[in-house]
Amino acid sequence: MSTTREPVSTATSPPAREVVRVSVPKRSTRSELRAIKIVWKRELIRYFSDRLRIATALVQPLLFLFVLGSGLQQLSAASTDGVDYKTIIYPGILAISVLFTAMFSAASIVWDREYGFLREMMVAPVRRSSIVIGKCLGGATVAGTQGVIVLCLAGAVHVPYNPVMILEVLVLQLLLAFAITAFGVMIAVRIKQMQSFMGVTQMVMTPLMFISGALFPVAGLPVWLTVLNRIDPLTYAVDPMRRIVFKHLNISPAARHALDPGITWWGWRVPTLVEAAVVVVLGLAMLGVAIWEFSSTD
Amino acid sequence: MAAMAMTEADGTPTPAPVATPAISVTDLAKTFGEVRAVRGINFQVATGEVFGFLGPNGAGKSTTINMLCTLSKPTSGSATVAGHDVVTERDDVRRNIGLVFQDPTLDNYLTAAQNLQLHAELYGVEAQLVKPRMRQVMEMVGLWDRKDGTVGTFSGGMRRRLEIARGLMHSPRVLFLDEPTIGLDPQTRRSIWDYIHELQEREEITIFMTTHYMDEAEWCGRIAIMDHGEIVALDTPEALKAGVGTDRVTIHTDDNRAAIDALARQFGLEAKISEGAVVFGVPGGEQFVPRLFAEFELPITAVAVSRPTLDDVFMSYTGTTIRDAEEDAGKARNRIAAQMMQGGRR
Repeated sequence: MSTTREPVSTATSPPAREVVRVSVPKRSTRSELRAIKIVWKRELIRYFSDRLRIATALVQPLLFLFVLGSGLQQLSAASTDGVDYKTIIYPGILAISVLFTAMFSAASIVWDREYGFLREMMVAPVRRSSIVIGKCLGGATVAGTQGVIVLCLAGAVHVPYNPVMILEVLVLQLLLAFAITAFGVMIAVRIKQMQSFMGVTQMVMTPLMFISGALFPVAGLPVWLTVLNRIDPLTYAVDPMRRIVFKHLNISPAARHALDPGITWWGWRVPTLVEAAVVVVLGLAMLGVAIWEFSSTD
Repeated sequence: MAAMAMTEADGTPTPAPVATPAISVTDLAKTFGEVRAVRGINFQVATGEVFGFLGPNGAGKSTTINMLCTLSKPTSGSATVAGHDVVTERDDVRRNIGLVFQDPTLDNYLTAAQNLQLHAELYGVEAQLVKPRMRQVMEMVGLWDRKDGTVGTFSGGMRRRLEIARGLMHSPRVLFLDEPTIGLDPQTRRSIWDYIHELQEREEITIFMTTHYMDEAEWCGRIAIMDHGEIVALDTPEALKAGVGTDRVTIHTDDNRAAIDALARQFGLEAKISEGAVVFGVPGGEQFVPRLFAEFELPITAVAVSRPTLDDVFMSYTGTTIRDAEEDAGKARNRIAAQMMQGGRR
């Protein structure tokens, strides 16, 4: 792992009977950072050693993009001003793939509890907040990686591989992944059984996903849906992604106006930075709740 | 505690608790709702001792160990581990203890080395010492050549050995082992005891363990017998066995009830049924058996005489064998479970 390059490593074969004595230092910022790093790293090790998980996590976005996308294209060809439906929902899919991967990462807290590993972390002389932060950063990194895989599909849905666009989308994906992992951890601390956790998250995630406008433009909706859409936190990740992607599309102004109407608050078009801020603030708030809950459990 | 006072009075060579004991417990108690799991216990463990906590399931052993490991807060009383209070100095206690739980707490998706590395990072072990220390603890439990194996592929015994190695990664001053050999085959159990003794020699470490295997308790320097949340005896295994003063005679008869009555009537002996046989204690058991055969009014089909074991010690203090005590506890649990199910159906 990280500590192999020291010159001392020549002494790694100690004389048979000599005891290597180590000491545990008092808690410090440095030791907390080390704890965060190793919890983060563990998430990555587990993700990259589980190729099946990487593959299965791709199934859903692929279904949405190519099956739902190609199917609905038959109906919507007339109303999309010649833009492929797959292209329209692509930004939404970028968000959805992150959503589910991040939630899956958070679920590992429930697994860790069931398989006892959580206890190993709970008795360590580190702050509980370090464990939660490490976990959320790990979930964000893993979900971000999954997002990159979906980003690679851009060409297949007529979106150019523009470096600026990719970078901007990636930043948004990381923010969203962090917020969702924090949300998942917040729930996972309370729920002790995997089945219940899956049930609760499905119940929460599916409406979030459908209401967010990931699969349709958010203008001209019925009032009730517009209200729900503006409340849905995921909206504020999907909309900027759509804006970023559409900026790099070569389409008619009419199509742009119809398909990327943008989120408005009482007629005010919410700028990308504000939308990103909404995601960040919500993420930090949920992280705070997760830390508080985690610290107050025995 | 009566047993402790006795020890001090007759001057048995018990390792005397030194200036700062590794563990010191005063009136420690834990109550869960109505249940008084631990009822105000007192004891000290000297540095370098192997101290065993013996008792049936549900006697309060794990509750005690959890309080000492800062995992649960005492209802009353206090305890210090490695000189630090388990309530007010939780962090200091945690830095100085190693834990091996009854249930596995390894990450099965990581390799053995990754599990230990993770532990070392969480405990802040100096980076350049992680490798040599890891090698040392893994060599001790014979897993060095399997360090890159995924834990999920390990057998139960290997996992337990790895947990012990991990508990030692940060050179703890006190190692807590909660039923370290439960569910393991005799050979693995034996090798785990070899590690424990090797450790005691090499690392000046204090070992506090719980067990409900009587034969294992023999290996401890001192043992405390716990029953219904109280320490009923505390001494070296030898002293405890010597304290029983009687040999154990087991007889098989066709009518155990009648045999118990007859023993009481004819010899004034108090016998019990245990595991399908009649058991009683009598001084000079070997001399007593011929007399028993000559005078006993009922036919005896088999007889056995044994020197006092910790089982007898346990029996003399609690009035039951540890297995019977566990069966009773099991029945009580089943009863509760049955009641709950009935309640659920209504």
